[in-house]
Amino acid sequence: MTALPATSDAGSARAPAGRVFKLLVLLAIIVGIAWVAVTNLGADQAIEQLVNALTRGAIYALIALGYTMVYGIIELINFAHGDMFMVGAFVSLTFLGQILGLEGAVTNIPLLIVLLVATFAFTMSIMALVGVTIERFAYKPLRTAPRLAPLITAIGVSFILQNLVQLVYGPYQTNSPKIFPDTWVIEVGNASIPVLSIFIISVAVVLMFSLQLFIGRTRLGRAMRSTAADRDAAALMGVNINRTIAITFLIGSALAGAAGVVNGLQYGVARFDDGFQAGLKAFTAAVLGGIGNTLGAALGGFIIGFIEVGATAMGYTRWGPAIVFGVLVIVLVFRPAGLLGQQLGERA
Amino acid sequence: MSVVTDLTPQAAGGGRKRALQKTASKHHSWTIVVGMAIVGTLLAVLAYIPPFTLAQPSNAWIDGFTNAGVFVMLALGLNLVVGIAGLLDLGYAAFFAIGAYTYAYVASPFGNSIIGIPIVESLGSNVGGLVFWPMLLVGALVAATFGILLGAPTLRLRGDYLAIVTLGFGEIVPIVFLNSDAVTNGTNGIGGLLRPALPGMGSFSAINPWPYYVTMLVLVTVIMILCYRLVESRLGRAWEAIREDELAAAATGINTVTTKLLAFALGASTAGIAGVFNASKLVTVSPDQFTFIVSFTVLAMVVLGGMGNFWGVAVGAFTIYTINNVLLKTLNEFFDRVSMPILKDINFIELQFLLYGLALVAMMLLRPEGLFPNSRRQRELHTEMDEPGADELMGGDHELEQEDMR
Repeated sequence: MTALPATSDAGSARAPAGRVFKLLVLLAIIVGIAWVAVTNLGADQAIEQLVNALTRGAIYALIALGYTMVYGIIELINFAHGDMFMVGAFVSLTFLGQILGLEGAVTNIPLLIVLLVATFAFTMSIMALVGVTIERFAYKPLRTAPRLAPLITAIGVSFILQNLVQLVYGPYQTNSPKIFPDTWVIEVGNASIPVLSIFIISVAVVLMFSLQLFIGRTRLGRAMRSTAADRDAAALMGVNINRTIAITFLIGSALAGAAGVVNGLQYGVARFDDGFQAGLKAFTAAVLGGIGNTLGAALGGFIIGFIEVGATAMGYTRWGPAIVFGVLVIVLVFRPAGLLGQQLGERA
Repeated sequence: MSVVTDLTPQAAGGGRKRALQKTASKHHSWTIVVGMAIVGTLLAVLAYIPPFTLAQPSNAWIDGFTNAGVFVMLALGLNLVVGIAGLLDLGYAAFFAIGAYTYAYVASPFGNSIIGIPIVESLGSNVGGLVFWPMLLVGALVAATFGILLGAPTLRLRGDYLAIVTLGFGEIVPIVFLNSDAVTNGTNGIGGLLRPALPGMGSFSAINPWPYYVTMLVLVTVIMILCYRLVESRLGRAWEAIREDELAAAATGINTVTTKLLAFALGASTAGIAGVFNASKLVTVSPDQFTFIVSFTVLAMVVLGGMGNFWGVAVGAFTIYTINNVLLKTLNEFFDRVSMPILKDINFIELQFLLYGLALVAMMLLRPEGLFPNSRRQRELHTEMDEPGADELMGGDHELEQEDMR
């Protein structure tokens, strides 16, 4: 912990000492996980589990981005965000199953590409709309209210989303068409890696990379960063605060929608209460990476994916949520700023 | 935090004030006792007259009121944490579970075999049931201990983190009880708990709901009195100060971490008491009794009733419980019987959470102080919402602690 003082001031995200420390921590975590995996499972199994962990991690990372962006900009834990992911999964399965009438895998590659693009576009735009609507009616009026009020509202929104979905789709699992063929695998030695996993990981990485570019390079991204840093000062500089916050919700919800699509392709089912657990894990990921920091959220998502898959591989499936929660508490006790500290909201 | 102070009410010149307070509290205590006696009698009478007897038999009403009383206890305890101290606890059911399992270990054959003391076997139900009374305190203590263990690391951080950590804790505790089969009997839970007993009266019976009803009334009364006395104490004022402005509270010499921890522990201990009572009534404990649904239901009760106002919260809890378990059920049966189209297909009990959600959002937007507000809380909520610059205060007020933690 002696290397820590350099990271204790907000501007240290760019300080070399802090960066080296963070990289070392990351490296240690990765090497540790890899060592445990290879010694326990053997190399082939380890590769398969690695891909599995990255796939799951990609989904958590996409959800975690929404938490971290909203927290960065208005300091609200959006409890309904996990449910936005769940709604996204249902929008995507409705689009594929009910609107397009698909059931199984589509092996025609050009058609598959068109379908995937259409599903992502449809789900993400619907979710963006839902997110902005919720922000407008549930959170915006409470922007100056005591902290407890928007938190409780978020819980209320979470209930509403869950129960509306339950009313429409019933309390059981609904099948989501797995249009991406399971049978496509790449053989690496004795290990087989599903093409779907590679697709999911690439989608997540591309989305995260675009988000980084958007936040870092565009005018709106700069507006978001300045709003996160100091809302009043940003307003004085001519930033349209309401629009910026709405866009934050729009992007976060669209990403949750993308996570929902990807989840449907991977697991083929969705249930009205899927969002609760996923949301808790994604939030842990956001805190782990450093809440307010978009890169951190992505990193945290992958780490949570590793932890969960690791627990499953070692036969502790039922303890998965407990382990993730343990991680959350440990992070909060020893490093509440998260692995990468604050970057988007350099306030705390 | 560098600001340290003791909480003992020994401020100079406090003697006269304390004397004043003492009379005020005494007055309050008697109001509560009389009030609860009236409410208790009134409810008992209602259970025996139509139209209530048409919906369900009188004994079922009394039993239902007792169950509602459990939620009133929970809501009173959570009100201490959320309403008075302003800490959002989303895993309150965990402490309820801990209280219940604590009783199960002492008062069931399975639990006794785990702890290695054959209480049930050696004492029998009539004498063994006496253990219920001291167990109320033990359950409270155990729950409070867990509250401190959970709160100590997290209460130093800003309030939002507490919400998510308690949410996680509330999720984990049932999982632990579910998965540790050897110690907790897993999904099936622990059954065959002793019912409470009184000397001369013997064990409470499963058919007669009255002893439980009266016990519930006494417990609610005691908890209510304790709550009021706490809030009127120096500690209670410290809680309210922290809720309204933590930075200012710290500046006036309140040790915010200790004070918040006490609120958290006392709230947890109330849930522990409710847990012991509920376990002794159901004579079985299992992980599925303590899901997050319980936590959120209690939170909705506190918010709708009026955060900070104990009577309001109690009324809120009682009303919501009765609506859920009597009105919605009756509506279901009614529409099934008359077989109205559409309406008969709707499961009103499933709608419960949709209604909670709508109510929570509507409440926060339109009347954040709840149906029966605490006057100070109401003023606080409304002035802050009307003041344009008030958000700065809220945004920045917890920065100090986080910086200290790193």
